[in-house]
Amino acid sequence: MKKRVPLVITFVTGFIVIISFFIPHRPFGPLETDTLIWYSIILGFTLLIGVDSLVRLHVRQMRRRKEGWWYSIVFFTGFFYCLVIGIISIMRTPNPFQPGTIFFYGYKTILIPLQSTMFALLAFFVASASYRAFRARTLEATLLLIAAVIVMIGRVPAGYKLWTRLPGIANWVFNVLQMGAMRGIMIGVALGAVAMSLRLILGIERTYLS
Amino acid sequence: MIEEKRNFWDWINSIDRGIIYLIIGIVIILPILLGLKEEVQISPSVRSAYEMIESLDSNDVIIISIDYDPASMPELQPMLKAILRHAFEKDVKVIMMVFWPLGLPIGTEGLEEVAKEYGKVYGEDYVNLGYRPGDRAVMIDMGKEIRNFFRTDVNDILLDSHTMMRNVHNYNDIALIVGLEAGRFGEFWVQYVGSRYNQRIVLGVTGVMAAETYPYLQSGQIEGLIGGLKGAAEYETLIEKPGFGLTGMAAQSWAHIAIVMFIIIGNIGYFMTRRK
Repeated sequence: MKKRVPLVITFVTGFIVIISFFIPHRPFGPLETDTLIWYSIILGFTLLIGVDSLVRLHVRQMRRRKEGWWYSIVFFTGFFYCLVIGIISIMRTPNPFQPGTIFFYGYKTILIPLQSTMFALLAFFVASASYRAFRARTLEATLLLIAAVIVMIGRVPAGYKLWTRLPGIANWVFNVLQMGAMRGIMIGVALGAVAMSLRLILGIERTYLS
Repeated sequence: MIEEKRNFWDWINSIDRGIIYLIIGIVIILPILLGLKEEVQISPSVRSAYEMIESLDSNDVIIISIDYDPASMPELQPMLKAILRHAFEKDVKVIMMVFWPLGLPIGTEGLEEVAKEYGKVYGEDYVNLGYRPGDRAVMIDMGKEIRNFFRTDVNDILLDSHTMMRNVHNYNDIALIVGLEAGRFGEFWVQYVGSRYNQRIVLGVTGVMAAETYPYLQSGQIEGLIGGLKGAAEYETLIEKPGFGLTGMAAQSWAHIAIVMFIIIGNIGYFMTRRK
């Protein structure tokens, strides 16, 4: 029973969504709408499950005094800050994310700088990794190195100033060489997704039940 | 003397990462502080996006989907503002919606800022639908009726009480979707809305995502593509309203030069030490 019910739900919902793509009329069209609304509602609850899981993990780490457990204090500070400020803001306005609310103030002064900083660190890591990794050790590595340099310089204004034809060459690398490889990967991924979806709908793939 | 030479090439071959970080930091910060602006060449993909919005009539309705958060803000926020300026200048109506919950505040801020610049009225010229979970489900069902998922806007006001929304029900009433993407939602727009409802789509994506989005442009599944900060700078140039895109482009340009210089220096060091 524990396995059959999820298998039946997966089959029925998958069947409805596929059929309604080809026959969007009654009864499949409205059935699809109901299925999609249910999907959205369930997804909302998964956010709660995510929060629950994260809180449990940090409580466990603090109890066991695992290495770096005090990072969990930082987590709980941020968590309760968002919770309390969020509830206060929702009580005052229907949209706590509206500029001018107390929640937005915290978002703007804490979250935006933190997230932007984390992402900005990428520039430093990319520079350091490029310096170490792009060495002309083999023919393949040399080709990769040349392509990287052409694209890096050709896609910024300095490339045009250096040689007016450089952006054109960079675009050719991007639009022909890169695109051919990318298209192959995308077609492969899409075929894999179709195969996996069919396996799930037909109940052949059951690993998600364990 | 030989020992000294060897030490020098060894040093060149393995420069301390602290020095690399310092130089990259300087070349990024200085152009921003000095307010330097670089002239950019307009790429065909950004021109197509611009021409798509340029071809819209006044009172046409477009959807702008905010699918990013503060991490991608430096690249995508200038795009949002440039597109909004272009749309409002042409009196195009804008519906904003969000699939990344943390994108809602920055999207709202950008929308309100530009709407104020052009004296646009909420509910008449633009509406903010806010966030709904369910991404693909929301995208698909909006093709039948937007109100299935968005009965109210972000401020909990019924959609039908907004004059601009009274005749907007599904994608038939939407002239264009502009997706600003830091994740896979751009693909979802193409796969679930473009292919199923024949909806015209323009995507603005982060620099790292441009490579995987280009195939959709070449196949004609999207009308235009704005890639990374460079794309934002190009769009600002096209609408003749320079903003952070052009300032950031100067920093990016210098950073790329510095990285290429490091690559060249590293290879010189590598060959000199290998020769020994």
